[in-house]
Amino acid sequence: MAEDILHEVTQTDYKYGFTTDIETDIIPVGLNEDVVRLISAKKKEPEWMLEYRLKAYRHWTTMKMPEWAHLKIPEIDYQSISYYAAPRKNAPKSLDEVDPELLNTFNKLGIPLEEQMALSGIAVDAVMDSVSVKTTFKETLAEKGIIFCSFSEAVEHHPDLIQKYMSSVVPVTDNFFAALNSAVFSDGSFVYIPKGVRCPMELSTYFRINAVNTGQFERTLIVADEDSYVSYLEGCTAPTRDENQLHAAIVEIVVHKNAEVKYSTVQNWYPGDKDGRGGVYNFVTKRGICKGENSKLSWTQVETGSAITWKYPSCILQGDNSSAEFYSVAVTNHHQQADTGTKMIHLGKNTRSHILSKGISAGLSNNSYRGLVRVNPKADNARNFSQCDSLLLGDKCGAHTFPYMEVNNETAIVEHEATTSKISEDQIFYCNQRGISTEDAVGLIVNGYAKEVLNKLPMEFAVEAQKLLQITLEGSVG
Amino acid sequence: MKEINDEANSVATLTEWHEGAEYIKLYNQFNGQIKSHSAPLMNESRDASFGLFKSLGFPTNQLENYKYTDLKDPLSVEYGLNINRLKIPVNPYEVFQCDVPGIHSYLYFVLNDGFYPVRDKRNDALPDGVIIGSLSEIAQSHPALLKDYYGKMSTTKADGLIAFNGAFAQDGFFMYVPDNVQLDRPVQLVNIMRSDVDFMANSHNLIILGEGAKAQLLVCDHTMDKVRFTSNRVTEVFVGKNAVYEHYKLENTHAETTNMSNLLIRQEEASNVLANIITLHNGITRNTIEIDVDGEHCETMLCGIVLADKKQQVDNFTSIIHGKPNCKSNELFKYVLDDTAKGGFTGKLYVARDAQKTAAFQTNKNILLKRSAKMRTKPQLEIYADDVKCSHGATIGQLDENAMFYMRSRGISEAEARLLLMFAFTADVIDNIRIDALKDRIKMLVEKRLRGELSKCEGCVICQ
Repeated sequence: MAEDILHEVTQTDYKYGFTTDIETDIIPVGLNEDVVRLISAKKKEPEWMLEYRLKAYRHWTTMKMPEWAHLKIPEIDYQSISYYAAPRKNAPKSLDEVDPELLNTFNKLGIPLEEQMALSGIAVDAVMDSVSVKTTFKETLAEKGIIFCSFSEAVEHHPDLIQKYMSSVVPVTDNFFAALNSAVFSDGSFVYIPKGVRCPMELSTYFRINAVNTGQFERTLIVADEDSYVSYLEGCTAPTRDENQLHAAIVEIVVHKNAEVKYSTVQNWYPGDKDGRGGVYNFVTKRGICKGENSKLSWTQVETGSAITWKYPSCILQGDNSSAEFYSVAVTNHHQQADTGTKMIHLGKNTRSHILSKGISAGLSNNSYRGLVRVNPKADNARNFSQCDSLLLGDKCGAHTFPYMEVNNETAIVEHEATTSKISEDQIFYCNQRGISTEDAVGLIVNGYAKEVLNKLPMEFAVEAQKLLQITLEGSVG
Repeated sequence: MKEINDEANSVATLTEWHEGAEYIKLYNQFNGQIKSHSAPLMNESRDASFGLFKSLGFPTNQLENYKYTDLKDPLSVEYGLNINRLKIPVNPYEVFQCDVPGIHSYLYFVLNDGFYPVRDKRNDALPDGVIIGSLSEIAQSHPALLKDYYGKMSTTKADGLIAFNGAFAQDGFFMYVPDNVQLDRPVQLVNIMRSDVDFMANSHNLIILGEGAKAQLLVCDHTMDKVRFTSNRVTEVFVGKNAVYEHYKLENTHAETTNMSNLLIRQEEASNVLANIITLHNGITRNTIEIDVDGEHCETMLCGIVLADKKQQVDNFTSIIHGKPNCKSNELFKYVLDDTAKGGFTGKLYVARDAQKTAAFQTNKNILLKRSAKMRTKPQLEIYADDVKCSHGATIGQLDENAMFYMRSRGISEAEARLLLMFAFTADVIDNIRIDALKDRIKMLVEKRLRGELSKCEGCVICQ
């Protein structure tokens, strides 16, 4: 019986599959120095930014795409991708100027901007393809001295901050995709929370890939100065496409003394159809640094989309007594593949990290957890606890765990635990016996399984995340 | 003169250690001798292995499977190889006396890289049909017996060390236990390294257990001289239906030894395998243990202890492959690391799509006694079947302070309390030893080792 339900699940099409007709400004496919210059020119960037891009590009040409991941990636032709696309009507002054088509898109996604502005008090910096189209609540934030704007604006208005912090966590030479992103990044968000300020609202960005064959290369930089706090939300959905779309973003977070940053992601890009055609390639470099004492960084992610997910939100615990958390739910179905996890690098004394990862595989998918915990010689009394559980729905999917632990200090305590299981007949029977249909029971059990992580999401996101879990495993679940 | 020097330098920089250029030259030059001193059966796959080695080279730590083993230093040394099978003037039966009291084993020696041929009267009592002896001799006298086994696992591995062994190994230990024969006493194989110059030994061991057979093998590694030794050994074990096989590996070598051992085991239906890998003292050790569970209802227990201090390095790379349903496996490795010792552990657990109802558990626990000690562990699960119970756990930590306090407050000295805790830590691995005499002896050796005393066996000349 459970098989029938799972079969049903695998037949469900992507609910959010639609395309918005907005004119886009695309440069020809291919990548060379001229393209990098053109991107920089189109964005009217200063000289130092161009230099930065060229340096990254030159380094990228010397690098090879890494192959260690437990993923099957069709060869990517980097010369057949267009590296820049921007909606024509950029920088609207008010909501009236925003393209009604775009507003419709958000409405279909269940994220009405007006409603959010009016009711939930979230400032939304919506990125439609690569350029920031609309930024809200900027004034409210400005009063507190908080900077929340698109990356290009930040380059224009706050070059000192950008120059100081950009690439301080992810150097341009860090990895293949980081170098690529640094060379051609389109736009993204910049957040700066000044000393002693507690950000009064959840900051949120909705990314959306919209033009055919356009790689999206966002760049996000969050800086939390001493004694500040911010909670940042990132959410993604994408329309149905037949050809693969490459997405290689960089997220950098700098947390100063006594500050706290909470970064939450719900990722639901187009995962390809049930035969594994199309879908987004999501190769993201996310890294934060707890620079000052007592700083705290928390990553929470719900990964339900993308044909291939390859990302490791990481944390460098440099300040003494700093702590980091990583909570993740990754769901794969059909032919999706995910190789995701985290890295916790302990440098400072008394640093703590906690990893909780829940993988759910269904259909023909493969879901891997890969995590590194490294304790360096000076990191006295470092403490880590990692737990990664896998749930298998169906007998054709795979769940894998690759934890790496490297300890160079005898005072460290590092623990790792992992289990793999399926929903047992007993559990289903127990629910059936109490009048719960098998379909509801599976949903109940999956939601219960992921609850520990979902609970870490901010309220607004938790609802959407639960919906996404249900849609991804549609038919039976929920 | 200067020109020659320059040329020599440029050659040295051109060829990296891992390419093994010296050995490739050696093989090409002495191909005939290598083959003439071995058996035709072993020569069949020799050139293919050599070809594979030529393309792979020695493994570097750039490879995911060798991430925690650095062989650069030991393999940059120029070693002697005994290709022409020259006699070594030593009788291990006289020199070496195993001091495991009451073990009453069938005792055999591999001296450096060859089976030592002297007949020992203790071995006369072997049950009928059991064949134990030199691999190359038996490969010539009983080729039909070996044909289906020799190299059947090792030649399928794309591993530089195993390929190197396939090219250079000329002899080794052979054991055949026919169907339904159960050995009453353990078989002991002592690998002794004896040489006046830096020496490399390549040997290939082959062990075949028929249906319903039972055998216990205790492999001990010892070094006798204070020169640099490197050994690269491949052991293939085929465990038949309903057979029971126990493999104990006890390493007690000096700090200048590099031990690369590859243990490949294939299990058939309803067989039971126990492998216990104990490293008491060594230089650089790399143990590759691959167990291929190729039949239903098998049981596998793989465990090990590592006690390392000073500059010792130990890397246990284990891989259990569940290819068939309804099997059970359990893995338990414990490390105690002191000084600047480096430990590495990889526990790969692979459950194939059809291996439903697999129950596989894995635990790796490590204690670091000093800041300078390093531990790297990677318990890895790859699971493609849904109806399985699999778990793994790994910890790296110190001795429990509360337990220490409890004992100190009851008048037990700090040193004694530490010792008790460390001993208790390793005890559950030792408890898996099913030979009582050996269990008692290992307990004693571990305790002595933890006390920091020399834990050499009597008869073994230098362990420092």
